Amino acid sequence: MASTMRSVIEEAPPPAAQDLEKQLALAANFTRKHAIASIYHAGSGHPGGALSCADLLACLFGAELNFWPNAIDEPHRDRFVLSKGHAAPALYAVAAHYGFCDAKAALSLRKLNSKFQGHPHVLDLPWVETSTGSLGQGFSVALGMAMGLKLQQSKARVYAMLGDGELQEGEVWEAAMCAAHHRLDNLCVVIDYNKLQSDNLNSAIMRLEPLAAKWRAFDWAIAEIDGHDIPEILRTFRRAGATHGRPSVVIANTVKGKGVKYMENIPTWHGSVKLSREQAEDALRQLGARGDEIAELLNV
Amino acid sequence: MSNPALIANSDSLREAFGKTLSSLGDEFPNVVVLDADIAGGTGVHHFRKSHPERMLQFGIAEQNMMAAAGGLAATGLIPIVTTFAVFCLRAVEQARLSIAYTRRNAKIVASHPGLDVGPDGGSAQALEDLAAFRAIPGMTVISPADPAEMSQATRAILEFEGPVYMRTGRSPSRRIFGDDHVFEIGKGQIVRDGMDVTIVACGVEVARALDAADLLAEEKISARVVNMATIKPIDDALLAKCAAETGCFVTAEDHNIHGGLGSAVAESLAQSTPCPIEFVGVRDQFGASGEPEELAQHYGLTAPFIAQAARDAIARKKKSRKKG
Repeated sequence: MASTMRSVIEEAPPPAAQDLEKQLALAANFTRKHAIASIYHAGSGHPGGALSCADLLACLFGAELNFWPNAIDEPHRDRFVLSKGHAAPALYAVAAHYGFCDAKAALSLRKLNSKFQGHPHVLDLPWVETSTGSLGQGFSVALGMAMGLKLQQSKARVYAMLGDGELQEGEVWEAAMCAAHHRLDNLCVVIDYNKLQSDNLNSAIMRLEPLAAKWRAFDWAIAEIDGHDIPEILRTFRRAGATHGRPSVVIANTVKGKGVKYMENIPTWHGSVKLSREQAEDALRQLGARGDEIAELLNV
Repeated sequence: MSNPALIANSDSLREAFGKTLSSLGDEFPNVVVLDADIAGGTGVHHFRKSHPERMLQFGIAEQNMMAAAGGLAATGLIPIVTTFAVFCLRAVEQARLSIAYTRRNAKIVASHPGLDVGPDGGSAQALEDLAAFRAIPGMTVISPADPAEMSQATRAILEFEGPVYMRTGRSPSRRIFGDDHVFEIGKGQIVRDGMDVTIVACGVEVARALDAADLLAEEKISARVVNMATIKPIDDALLAKCAAETGCFVTAEDHNIHGGLGSAVAESLAQSTPCPIEFVGVRDQFGASGEPEELAQHYGLTAPFIAQAARDAIARKKKSRKKG
């Protein structure tokens, strides 16, 4: 429960914590810029939900996951599943930042013969744990991984990132019930709760609230956090890792389109949208990119 | 229950499957069985008894179970998804994305296929599963004919690397093969030779095809019966050989005539050796309640219907040869 997870006394941050937080902020910023550039080159894609989850992805890949580019087949690695597969541009960007794939190659997003499909595919990119793009399934696959790892006495953890609109899939609640029943405390669900989905607000399409109460009723350990506050994200993942006997869910409140003012909180930028050169340049400038960097990202 | 003869004498395909899986449990330590609250119906209660620690309960939630199989396979286990065929249809998209598209070594074993379900009625009778799973790239589709073959097929799918959909069966099954029967994925067998027509059948229809061949023999019609337990990949070479030697076909399956064995045979022959084919199966309808034999009679799946289809195929063959 949120209250119990929050009641854990905060540990003093290790000495290098501030450096780490800075690095993660840079990784998140790179993720946003690269995602915008790849969607610009593709001529389509989902920018809103890629920008909203960038800080969470940076914290997972840069700090939380025991998963390294030179050991992607290590049986005891932590697993990450992007169940909201349409945020692929952000996944490719953060993975490129941490050395799992080539950043320039990832700009071929959505093109014929590119390994960087519109939604991640494990047979194209071996560091992707499973193929996603049909909402709800990534969560179930992550659950299967968590179950399989436990059966094989592995200490590895499994993280699944779900979109908020995705929670409308019935399969999500099948998996939520199943993970709690089997006490999969090696499974952590991260919800990118940006409050918007393809066509409109969640609350207009199909109400999710009271969301925390739903997960609590399914007997999950829950935390509600600011999904753009890197220190808070890191603390929460640490606590989730210490949960015993129950799976954990992090409800991360985020802003759809975070970092690009003209996209923030506007459903139109869910996707699949075409970015003009001007829009892409404007977005990159807002994300702090300068002339050279903009040219490098957009003139491929 | 490791005696093959005992397994082969099981009264149904699901029992033969469950007993065999249980007997292979120690030999295949990576096998885990996924159940959605119907272990007694699918036959895997035998495995639950012998290997309780490798029996995974998913409750009545087949979509989650199907996709979770993909995740289990990703950790190196061999998950066997077990439920009724009609509930596999509910999770076709999970099988597509999280098992086949990802090329996982997961097996889907479906009991209660077709009219063979009997009294539970139309809602429970999957007449579309072969079509649905056959259309998924990389999915191997198998429907064994008797307990001896089911036992062999169970081992074969565990030894095979890749996604498989396999039908078992609910009702008592007639013994067709001896203990020396060899099942190989992708290979059909001529179980009775003949020269006038080839009847290609799978599952419960193989026994009925053999009865039809007896009926035809009384009229001096020599019918060949082929057991085509692997619907995909279909045995193109055997079909082409039968086309050359008999010149016309009947297909027989406990399934809609659209998309299953008949379609697979027609696709193959259209590309190799076009010739007349008659289709025995459910004619684009849903099932109904009744005993399996009554339903088979009602929907036209029994031996007399297969025999009539064979006469029709032979007549078409003769007509086209006259024209030629």
